[in-house]
Amino acid sequence: MTRQQVLDLYFMDARSKLIDLAAFLDRVDRADGNEDFRMTALRTTLKELTSASKEKAKQVLLTLSDPTIEPIAAATTKAACGAHPGAPT
Amino acid sequence: MRYIEPHAHMVSRVMDDYTKMTLAGCAAVCEPAFWAGFDRSSADGFHDYFCQLTEHEPKRAAKFGLPHFSWLCINPKESEDVKLAEDVIALIPKFLDRPNVLGIGEIGLNKNSRNELRVLEMHVDLAARHKQLILVHTPHLEDKLKGTRLILDVIKNHKSIHPGRVIIDHVEEHTVKLVLDAGMWAGMTLYPESKCSPPRAVDMLEVYGNERVWMNCACDWGVSDPLAVPKTALEMKKRGHTAEAIDKVIYQNPIKFLGQCPKFKIAER
Repeated sequence: MTRQQVLDLYFMDARSKLIDLAAFLDRVDRADGNEDFRMTALRTTLKELTSASKEKAKQVLLTLSDPTIEPIAAATTKAACGAHPGAPT
Repeated sequence: MRYIEPHAHMVSRVMDDYTKMTLAGCAAVCEPAFWAGFDRSSADGFHDYFCQLTEHEPKRAAKFGLPHFSWLCINPKESEDVKLAEDVIALIPKFLDRPNVLGIGEIGLNKNSRNELRVLEMHVDLAARHKQLILVHTPHLEDKLKGTRLILDVIKNHKSIHPGRVIIDHVEEHTVKLVLDAGMWAGMTLYPESKCSPPRAVDMLEVYGNERVWMNCACDWGVSDPLAVPKTALEMKKRGHTAEAIDKVIYQNPIKFLGQCPKFKIAER
């Protein structure tokens, strides 16, 4: 596809998702209390969106990933939360 | 359009979903064993589940003329209890000869713990001893990258396992190349909120090619879409992919991998 065709097919969807993300950030700002590591990680990934990388999706996923390599001692939960406390800032 | 649904948890779905999938061109559905949403209290619960996957669900699918195949294991979400896992794994051999069983799956990791890893190794060893195909679940979200690396190491270190007989499922942009470079197959799971969306799946096809990849919906009891594969085929069509290219990814590729098990036979469409 040409760049024009990509824009024609996906711009409105990307615009909608961008505004949803902006509204989410506003919602977090309006709320009382402290942020946790998830918002720190998410704010870090936002920098990836304006980078020159041609692998922005991959870079966002890497930023949100557990960077360690050793198995953990035991699973104390079944759930994942979407970001790792040790994610780069 | 014709397609294979290579990963769907149909025991969690209603008959209406079979109707929709069949109308959309589904030619066969494959169902890996998974977590029920709660921990089963004994191996007996798994025995009944394996009977459901190999006896009852094929009959339900047959009402729609749809061949149903299954994979057996204890899911990584229940692998922290190694004694339970040993008891369940001991049950599996007597089910392997059943006509719709394709292999061992979906095994893998969830939180990347030591016990999960030990149970994964037990499953891989079981598959090697019984010459079974392997279908692997990779962890969710922040745990996926680390889990994928650990899983690849386990499989690569088992010299009896040919990488072309292993599919690593739920790949995303940061793991797909690791899997393909290891010589294994990569499964892209199309989920509404996590894993991979149809546009991202087509992106990965365009970047990494259409060899040794398949797409699946992995529909279950959670938020999921049993028509995700045909919807992604439509996404490919919107981008100008040919009918032949679409057919390769959603029909021929699954047949190529699954056909390594002699029991996987479907009528040509």
